[in-house]
Amino acid sequence: MQTPTDAPTYLAAELRLPTNWLDYTILAIYFIVVLGIGFAARRSVRTSLDFFLSGRSLPAWITGLAFISANLAATEILGMAANSAQYGAYTVHWYWIGAIPAMVFLGLVMMPFYYGSKVRSVPEFLLLRFDRAAHLLSSILFAFAAILIAGVNLYALAIVVEALLGWPEWVAIVVAGAFVLAYITLGGLSSAIYNEVLQFFVILAALIPITVLGLKKVGGWGGLTDKLTASHGENFTTAWGGTGIGSTNPLGANWLTIVLGLGFVLSFGYWTTNFAEVQRALSAKNLSAGQRTPLIAAYPKIFIVFLVMIPGLVAAALIPNFGASGSGYQYNDAIPYLMQELLPNGVLGIAVTGLLAAFMAGMAANVSSFNTVFTTDIWEKYVVPGREDRYYVRFGRLITVIGVCASVGTAFLASSFSNIMAYLQTLFSFFNVPMFVVFIVGMFWKRASAKSGFWGLLAGTVTAMVNYFVFYKKGIVSLPTDQGANFVSAIAGFVAGAIVMFAVSLFTRPKPAQELRGLVYGTRSPGMAEPPAPGDDAWYRKPALLGWGAVVLAAACYIPFSF
Amino acid sequence: MTEQPGQPDHPGRHHHYTEDDVARDVTDLEAKSATAARIFDLRRIIGGLFVVYGVIVTVVGITDSQSAIDKAQGVNINLWTGIGMLLLGGVFLAWLKLRPTPPPPPEGLPEEEEPA
Repeated sequence: MQTPTDAPTYLAAELRLPTNWLDYTILAIYFIVVLGIGFAARRSVRTSLDFFLSGRSLPAWITGLAFISANLAATEILGMAANSAQYGAYTVHWYWIGAIPAMVFLGLVMMPFYYGSKVRSVPEFLLLRFDRAAHLLSSILFAFAAILIAGVNLYALAIVVEALLGWPEWVAIVVAGAFVLAYITLGGLSSAIYNEVLQFFVILAALIPITVLGLKKVGGWGGLTDKLTASHGENFTTAWGGTGIGSTNPLGANWLTIVLGLGFVLSFGYWTTNFAEVQRALSAKNLSAGQRTPLIAAYPKIFIVFLVMIPGLVAAALIPNFGASGSGYQYNDAIPYLMQELLPNGVLGIAVTGLLAAFMAGMAANVSSFNTVFTTDIWEKYVVPGREDRYYVRFGRLITVIGVCASVGTAFLASSFSNIMAYLQTLFSFFNVPMFVVFIVGMFWKRASAKSGFWGLLAGTVTAMVNYFVFYKKGIVSLPTDQGANFVSAIAGFVAGAIVMFAVSLFTRPKPAQELRGLVYGTRSPGMAEPPAPGDDAWYRKPALLGWGAVVLAAACYIPFSF
Repeated sequence: MTEQPGQPDHPGRHHHYTEDDVARDVTDLEAKSATAARIFDLRRIIGGLFVVYGVIVTVVGITDSQSAIDKAQGVNINLWTGIGMLLLGGVFLAWLKLRPTPPPPPEGLPEEEEPA
C-alpha cells in the first residue's frame, strides 16, 4: 500500500551520519553501475515498444522484483517505519491484507485481460473497454499524479540527504534528478527495471543489518514486546487488538474499515490499476510471465514488513515518546536514527546507498510510467497521431527530459510550500479508487456501457475528495485520524462510482459484444491462444499455485500477531 | 483532436481505436523489437556488484577496530554483511554459469539505423 500521507517527511537535524571515504566509495560505485546500465541498455532500444515496455520480453523474476521495487521506494521504507513507531504492529495490515490479496488478484484474474489485449498502458485498456472520455480523463490525471509523486520523492530525498550527509537540498535534488534522467532517457523502461532489481538487493543488504542489530540492542523480540507493552500498552504489538467496532485505538480505524477500506478498496485500487506497477507486468515476455510478475513480488512483500516494522518498533522502545514533540525526533527518523546508532563505516555506506537507490527507483518508476502514458495515450492518440514509430521514441525521450525537469520543479515547490504538497498528494491518492471501481465493473459486467466509465471515474473521484476534504476536514463527520478518514473516503468513492456506473449504464447503449472480446470476464481475445513457452508448465510456475500459496502464507503470518 | 482519415499504414490511429488495432500495432512492434536480442544479462551485473561490495565490506570487517564492533552491539556486522553479499553475488554468477544467457533469436530484420 502507499505510504501513509500523514507522516511528515522531515528528519531531525542532529542525525548527521559519521560517513567517511569508505562509505562514499561504496556510494560512488553504485552511481557508476546505474549509469552503466543506462548506457548498456541503450542499444536494446529500437522501437517505441522497446522504450516504453521493454519489447514485452523480460523474464518473470526480473519483472517480479522490479514490481516490488517500484513500490519499495524510500518514502515507503521511511514511512512504514514511521507508521510502526507511531501505531505499532498495525503496520502489518498494509502488507498482509493491504497488498497480498490485491497482488494475487492482479496476477490471477486481471493480467489475462491486461496482457492478452496487448494494451501498452492502463488507460489504453479503458479506451478499449469504454471510450475516449474515460481514456483521456484517466491519462491526464495519471500523468499529473506521476509527476507530482516523482517530485515529492525527490524532495523527500533532498531532506534526508541534507540531514544525513549534510548536502544542501538543491544539490541532492539536481544530482538525483540528473541520474534518473540520464538512465531512463538512454535505456527506457529496461534500464529503469534493471536498476529497480539491483536496488531491491541493495536495500535488503541495508535493512537486514539494521533490523538484526536493532533487535539485539533491545534484547530480541521478547525484550522488544516487553518494553513496548510496558510503555505503549498491550495492543501496540498486536495486529487486531483494539480494532473492535466502537473501541478506540491509535490508528482510528476498526476491523471493518481496515478490511474494506485498506484491504479491499485502497489496496486493490493501488495494486491493480496504478500503471507504475502494472507496467512492470506488461513488460514480461509472455502471459505466464506477466501473471507471475505480481505473484513473485508477493513473496518478498510478505516478509519485507519485518524489515521496516522492527526498526520502527525498536526506535519506539529505545527512546521514550519517540516521534512526539519534545523527544527531538520525528517518526520518520526511526531508520536513520538506528543507522547512526548501530552501523559502523562500511555497512553504513551500504545503508546510505540503499536509501538513495530506493529514492531514485521510486522516482524512476513514476517517470517511466509517465513518459509512456504521455506519449502513447495522450500525444500519439490526440495530439500528433499517425507518425512513424521512430518519432514516438524520440518524443518519449524528450518527454522524459521534460518530466524530470517538471518533477525537479515540483520538488523545489514542495520545499517552499510543503503543506500544499501534502494536500495535493492526498488528493491524488483518491484517484486510484474510482479507477478500480471502473475496472472491476467494466471487467465483470458486460452491460456497463461505454459512457459509464467516464462518469463512474468522475463521480468516484469527486465523492472521495468531498468526503475527505469537506466532510472530514471541516469536521462535519467526525473520524478519529487522517488514516481512518482515508479508509472511509475510499469506501465512499468506491460505492459512489459503482452506483453512478450502474445508473448511467441503464440509460445508455451497451458496447457491442464483438468489441468486448478479451476485455470482459468470460470472453477471450482472439490473440490469446498462443501456446505456453517451454518450461512454463512446471508446477512451481503455475500462477494458481503461486497465488494461493502467497495468500495462505500471508494469512498464516497473522496468527502470531492475533492472540 | 485531429482525425486522420486516409492513413492506410496506421489503421489503428484514427477515431475507432479497437482491440484489433492495438493487437496489430503491438504485434507489429514486437516483431521489430530489439530488447530480447540485445539486452544484456542482468545476473552478471548483480553478481559483479555484490562480489565487489562483498570483498570491500568483508575486508573492512576483518580490519575493523574494537570501537566499530562495540557500536554494532558486539557483532562484527561488516564481516557478516560482507560474507552475505559475497554469497549473493556468487549465487548470481553461478546461476549464470549453470544456465547461460540463451542465444538471441535470429533478428528477422536487416539492421536499421538506431533511433537517436
